[in-house]
Amino acid sequence: MAEVVLAGVGKVYPDGTRAVTDLDLRIADGEFLVLVGPSGCGKTTALRMVAGLEDISEGEVRIGERVVNRVPARDRDVAMVFQSYALYPHLSVRDNIGFGLSLRKVPKSQIREKVEHAARLLGLTDHLDRKPRNLSGGQRQRVAMGRAIVREPQAFLMDEPLSNLDAKLRVQMRAEIARIQRDLGVTTVYVTHDQTEAMTLGDRVAVMKKGVLQQVAPPQELYDRPANLFVAGFIGSPAMNLLQGTLTGTEDDLRVRFTDQSLTLPREVLAARPALRSYLDRPVIAGIRPEDMEDAELADGPEGARLTCTADLVEAMGSDVLVHFAVNAEQVVTEDTRELARDMGTDVLDKAEAGPGGTPMVARFSPRTRIKVGDPVTAQVDTGRMHFFDPETGASIWDSAQPSPRKESE
Amino acid sequence: MTADTQAAPGVDRAAGAPRRSAASRLVNRLGGGAVQAALALIALVWLVPTIGLFVASLRSSTDSGSSGWWTVFTKPAQLTLDNYGNLLDNDSITRGFVNTVMISVPTTVLVVIVASLAAYAFAWIEFPGRDWLFLGVVALLVVPVQVGLIPLIQLFGEVNLFGTVPGIVLFHTAFGLPFAIFLLRNYFAGIPRDLLEAARMDGGTEWTIFRRVIFPLGGPAIASLAIFQFLWVWNDLLIALIFGDEDSYPLTVAIQQQTRQFGSNLDVISSGAFLSLLVPLVVFFAFQRYFVQGVLAGSVK
Repeated sequence: MAEVVLAGVGKVYPDGTRAVTDLDLRIADGEFLVLVGPSGCGKTTALRMVAGLEDISEGEVRIGERVVNRVPARDRDVAMVFQSYALYPHLSVRDNIGFGLSLRKVPKSQIREKVEHAARLLGLTDHLDRKPRNLSGGQRQRVAMGRAIVREPQAFLMDEPLSNLDAKLRVQMRAEIARIQRDLGVTTVYVTHDQTEAMTLGDRVAVMKKGVLQQVAPPQELYDRPANLFVAGFIGSPAMNLLQGTLTGTEDDLRVRFTDQSLTLPREVLAARPALRSYLDRPVIAGIRPEDMEDAELADGPEGARLTCTADLVEAMGSDVLVHFAVNAEQVVTEDTRELARDMGTDVLDKAEAGPGGTPMVARFSPRTRIKVGDPVTAQVDTGRMHFFDPETGASIWDSAQPSPRKESE
Repeated sequence: MTADTQAAPGVDRAAGAPRRSAASRLVNRLGGGAVQAALALIALVWLVPTIGLFVASLRSSTDSGSSGWWTVFTKPAQLTLDNYGNLLDNDSITRGFVNTVMISVPTTVLVVIVASLAAYAFAWIEFPGRDWLFLGVVALLVVPVQVGLIPLIQLFGEVNLFGTVPGIVLFHTAFGLPFAIFLLRNYFAGIPRDLLEAARMDGGTEWTIFRRVIFPLGGPAIASLAIFQFLWVWNDLLIALIFGDEDSYPLTVAIQQQTRQFGSNLDVISSGAFLSLLVPLVVFFAFQRYFVQGVLAGSVK
């Protein structure tokens, strides 16, 4: 077990494509770090550079005390779990798990012992003599885990290990991976595009966009204090609602104005975000999480913190109700939101398309709400929990000395 | 709503699958029967020369000289194993048989080893000029053996390989390699990259990855290559006739020489030819299952 450090790591392919830019990450001994981002953001490339499957074009990767830039994959003493599992089809489960040990000339009796121990840990004891093709998806995934575990490596590298499982199994295996990692205490780097996996598994989560690290922080901090628009939009499901507005009023009576509505902000907002002062009478991007809104009939709150509109769609989830509506406000179109839209599979938004319908929003209401499609909605907004971003840079507005979004917060 | 759901299965039954499948099953059965009969007939026609050869090998030379092989069906008393007995006493045939084995087995082994190593490199190891080199190998596929005859006779003469078994083996190996490399390289390239990377992460060197992952997974391709290569060399007459001498002639040449010396001594030719045919048949059936085995099932996803 060891610390894994990436210092200024970059990857440029021979054809000039840049996959990763100046990546700084320090993964502490025993830590579970999740690399998350939309497809093509360079997270897998970063992982493969740590693994030794990809040449490191710039910077330095250290595992433990050792700089491994020039060390071949087989000598880095890290184990990898592949998205496709990559089990050897001609070997039994036993031989698959023990393959790495047998290549390292570990005595047979010892291999047997370790394989059986790992199999007990993973509930594979009954399947040891079967071939991978006779196993279910979940069992194959366990074998792939077993192959990593028996090696007792310095670090586990996992490349979307759950993405080939169905939803139910994924939740179960997610818990299992978390348990195993905690029991073994092995430094783990886990790549995923699924923000739920990232939030539930990681001690810390690193969000990447287009090869550039956006923010590294524990999951809750990522959710509460996103460094920029991209992180804010990527973390959380449903995603944060983003509205173009203007900051008006005075320091004592601060408001954020949309086209024909405004929200009054409590005093704490300015205390928490002193830098907001300089945005008075200037445009800002306001972010409201769906869970920070409630049906005004069910919640108490100041009059000035309400948005009124019409429900376009109501989705009852059982535990809560998702209400979709459109607010008459200018839609936020920045490079970050384009990237997010591309990840969601929707068409890239254009200013022109954000027509008179306004900005679509989603609110998460309590199941006691009686709102139906087409009803007028009054949403009580917890304005103290609103987020604000600079329209130019997309950076979160906090202190006057704005932290650079790419700096690692520890 | 209720009416709809009730009606739906009935509609399905009336319009749908069962009736069509009854008719289609009939068509299938008739069609299947006709196809099978046709196949059996074609196979039989195909086999007539071989059967004739086999029957002729079981008749004495006097019988063969006086009547056709098909008369055996009316006079089964003609059948005898004498020809095969005589074959074992025929020095040139037994020496030819031994030579054939000495030529085809090493050739097959050499081709499989060299080609699989080369194919692994072409498929999975990055080195400068790899694709151009592979293109060169593919281009060699179209070079006929006849082109190499005279230059190689001169070369073998220089290095004293002319007329020897190793000389013939080398010639066959050289001309077998382009196709062998081409075949195996394409098969190896189809092995999922993840498997090789997993082996690399597990601590595999190129050599152990080749030996413990690629070679076992390449089983079907390697087996079929081995069978084809073995058959080609076993049945070869041209190269052996030109590059061999009295001591290194294989069975094919030995049989061919029988015709030249004694005219129509069908007893030796037919039994010798049948002997020559038997071994490839055994080889084919021994490895046949590798043709259809899908070893990659269950490896990824």
